[in-house]
Amino acid sequence: MGDYAYAAPSTVDSTVELLSNTAQSGGRAQVLAGGTDVLVQMRSVDREPRLLVDVKQLAETNKLSIGDEEIYIGAAIASAVLNENAELKGKLPGLIESADLIGSTQIQGRCTIGGNLCNSSPAGDTIPALIANSAVCHIVGADGERNVPVEDFLTGVGTNCMAPHEFLLGLRIPTPKGRTGDAYLRFIPRTEMDIAVAGAGVRLTLDENGTCTEARVGIGAVAPTALVVPDAAAALIGSNVDEAALNAAADACSAAASPITDKRGTVEYRTKVVGVLCKRAGAIARDRAVVA
Amino acid sequence: MAEAVDLKAIGTRPVRPDGVEKVTGRANFGADLSLPGMLHAKILRSPHAHARIKSVDLSGALAMDGVVAAISGKDLPGGGDLGVNILAKDKALYHGHAVAAVAARSAYIAEVALDSIKVEYEPLNPVLSIDAAIADGATLVNESMHTNGDTSQPASNIAAITKFERGDVEKGFADADVVVEGEYRVPTAHQGYIEPHACTATINEEGKATVWCCTQGQFDVRSMTAQCLEMAVSDIRVIPSEIGGGFGGKTTIYLEPVAVKLSAISGRPVKMVMSREEVFRATGPTSATLCRTKIGAKNDGTITAASAWLAYEAGAFPGAPVGPGCMSVLAPYDLENFAIEGNDVLVNKPKVAAYRAPGAPQSMHAMECTIDELARKLDMDPLELRLKNCAEEGTVAPYGPQFPAIGLKACLEAAKEHPNYTTPPAEGQGRGVAVGFWFNIGMQSSAEIRIAENGAVTIMEGSPDIGGSRASMCLMAAETLGVPYKTINAHVGDTEATGYCNTTGGSRTTFATGLAVIEACEDIITQCKQRAALTWELDVDQVDWQDGQAVPKPGVNADVKPLSLADIARSAGRTGGPLLGRASLNAQGPGASFSVNWTDVEVDRETGKVDVAAFTAVQDAGRAIHPSYVEGQMQGGAVQGLGWALNEEYIYDANGVMENAGFLDYRVPVTSDMPMIDTQIIEVPNPSHPYGVRGVGETPIVAPLAATSNAVRDALGFRINDLPLSPPRVLEAIDANG
Repeated sequence: MGDYAYAAPSTVDSTVELLSNTAQSGGRAQVLAGGTDVLVQMRSVDREPRLLVDVKQLAETNKLSIGDEEIYIGAAIASAVLNENAELKGKLPGLIESADLIGSTQIQGRCTIGGNLCNSSPAGDTIPALIANSAVCHIVGADGERNVPVEDFLTGVGTNCMAPHEFLLGLRIPTPKGRTGDAYLRFIPRTEMDIAVAGAGVRLTLDENGTCTEARVGIGAVAPTALVVPDAAAALIGSNVDEAALNAAADACSAAASPITDKRGTVEYRTKVVGVLCKRAGAIARDRAVVA
Repeated sequence: MAEAVDLKAIGTRPVRPDGVEKVTGRANFGADLSLPGMLHAKILRSPHAHARIKSVDLSGALAMDGVVAAISGKDLPGGGDLGVNILAKDKALYHGHAVAAVAARSAYIAEVALDSIKVEYEPLNPVLSIDAAIADGATLVNESMHTNGDTSQPASNIAAITKFERGDVEKGFADADVVVEGEYRVPTAHQGYIEPHACTATINEEGKATVWCCTQGQFDVRSMTAQCLEMAVSDIRVIPSEIGGGFGGKTTIYLEPVAVKLSAISGRPVKMVMSREEVFRATGPTSATLCRTKIGAKNDGTITAASAWLAYEAGAFPGAPVGPGCMSVLAPYDLENFAIEGNDVLVNKPKVAAYRAPGAPQSMHAMECTIDELARKLDMDPLELRLKNCAEEGTVAPYGPQFPAIGLKACLEAAKEHPNYTTPPAEGQGRGVAVGFWFNIGMQSSAEIRIAENGAVTIMEGSPDIGGSRASMCLMAAETLGVPYKTINAHVGDTEATGYCNTTGGSRTTFATGLAVIEACEDIITQCKQRAALTWELDVDQVDWQDGQAVPKPGVNADVKPLSLADIARSAGRTGGPLLGRASLNAQGPGASFSVNWTDVEVDRETGKVDVAAFTAVQDAGRAIHPSYVEGQMQGGAVQGLGWALNEEYIYDANGVMENAGFLDYRVPVTSDMPMIDTQIIEVPNPSHPYGVRGVGETPIVAPLAATSNAVRDALGFRINDLPLSPPRVLEAIDANG
């Protein structure tokens, strides 16, 4: 490795200032939360020296609140902390499970949902679950704050909409209200410590009769970015989330997928399996909604 | 030798002598050494799988601040293929082939400096598969390679053909009621040792070099390094570190001559540590293979003939383990008629290295799948079919020798009675059975036993400990000397500290180095009896050694107290000086080890994922010196075999670039992928070892490949011939079979 610089500002303003000044002077800054992607990349694929700006010291990135309308998850909160929050896990089990899939127990102590999103891998495990949960990115930068839906935040493989002077403060998620459930499933050839070959997240709400009134479906690892699949949601809404509806949602996911063949799977394989995952995640979300 | 009885130490499960150092992180591995003034070296690797090297210009790198030395292939004069593999000369023969090396003040500077080396390549068509290599008009990996050295024939990518034959195969197939045949492919697999290759070297003004490295054989590192540098072996001292896994992959060298050469130029110690990516791209995996197998049998299950045609990728240099593949493929069976042919095939991929029972898992995968199909056709239990045809004491092995006592039949019978076998697989699961074999080797070992003045025993031997061998040596010494295990410690000496010893490999260490340790202990006993006789003023033949003490023989009239090892050691100065026992030998009769494995699997028909629900390994250990380490070998081999069967493979692009050169995408199993591997040790003593030891380290990886294939066959109702049984391959097959 070359010579790196490190800073850990204590306020949002000073963080933005540092990012802005570095960008203006032609330097390169990299925001660091848990570092579980950044530190690996620094040692392997991208070894160019840079200024690491640690955002873990900010109160805003560590904010966790569960309101009647909105759940706010600070961008720098470690997955293990989220996983130990029973109330949060009760409200958003699928999202928390998606975060829990990242890495090992040791990695869980550091990795964050914010970092997983900002790394913007097509295969990031929390992203389809965030999309299914209608999560909105709370971004701050030299031009002030803005809010961007997760599906619009992602712009390509490893890229997102943030300018060099911006960083992610947290995620806003509509609080689920009664008879709502979410779920995320990914396929990996192993049982853990792996990267998604395909992934699907579903959140849905049932009425008293078990009819689905709202649904959102997100899929991952089958396109340059994770995608929202409105057709899959449409297949569920109005149904009892029975096998026929789940199969229709699965077909919609397969149709929305535009995967590549690579070392992790073929086009045919990913196209089929993303549907299977949607079907299975949809059934889990339904079962959770029934008891919610 | 007689079977030992009333064993006290052997068969117990004490803590290993090197355990505390390892679990507390104190043990030093290959990359742990630092020396004052040390430089760090990095390797420039070929971006082409096959290219002529027209020129290498090191000047740009040498001009950089912090760079101290740089070399290319012409700076390594010797070593034949080994030397060419370590630094390419005229051609780059695989993607990742080392072309040049730079030593600098830091590893980062060395790595950046690689970009300033100018190499002019003329890219050539790469040969990337067996099919491509043996096709008419194939591009030649080595233009001067002729099969079996026969220059009357055109040059070929087939370096050698090996044949074993007996009887009349065609008549045997004609006599059969049932004939089954198949074609099976097994992919390239890496040993997957966690510790990357690493070494540090220094050479002084007298030309005396010292090399610290992680290796399975310090004496082989010494001789190989000497060859590459055209030095005398006696001018190189090799000090082995602890080893973070080898599995055969650390029986050769990649870095050491480069480090010595760079040290000679710079006058400073040079350290080299491979990255994981380098380990995958440039160190020896084992062969990808294509095997065609055929078996004929009578309706009662008697095999009338068998044949196997094997082709193994050698990588860019001859030396695929196809010979052992041929030796193993039919070893479990007593056959009148067979024909085995093995082809050693060059391709533009890394030179293969030994991997646990080199060559056996691939050929036996093909044959044990074929046997399974035969059992299905005959509607026979797969264990019964094997029992009907199995090799026993007196059977002449397909590769020549007559088997002494072997444990195959005992393993098959134990499997048949095992509750994991008599209980049928759970609903929806499939079960597969396979037999494993490895012939094991003996070879040269030395051992020295030193007795401290308090009676404590130090073993000095030369076998790097890759599987708990220090504990096994201590147990055999405890048994032989009759002293407590905890009073003994075992050390692996460097090339100057201990007598010559062949590399830890071939499952030879517990057998051969164990024999040396036992003989050295017997030397100590002889000396102790002499010292006691001297002390008691008796004749030496009036003294016995019992339970760690010298005692007068029954009937000898002597009013003396027994003398313990500590008693004799304490007064050794008065009876002839320090106690030092030694032995050196070339061990014969290593004793083959057979196994029977079976596994129950479940297949997710929507994703193609195979889950291993249960796995049982039964294996003949001859005598389990430390049963926990025998079981550990059985379990570890099973897990490596299961990983190879299910997910491990090298994935290459059309240009011969490996696409999955890391543990994320080269998928060895993680713990949660595996069930508890159930083990049963069978003990049919090896008649060539005083305690009956057979090597156990390699056999365990052999059977899991076919056992898994056969289980998936059972679960799905149809067979997938090729490995790995990865989800995309399995799902595609499920879709194709409706």
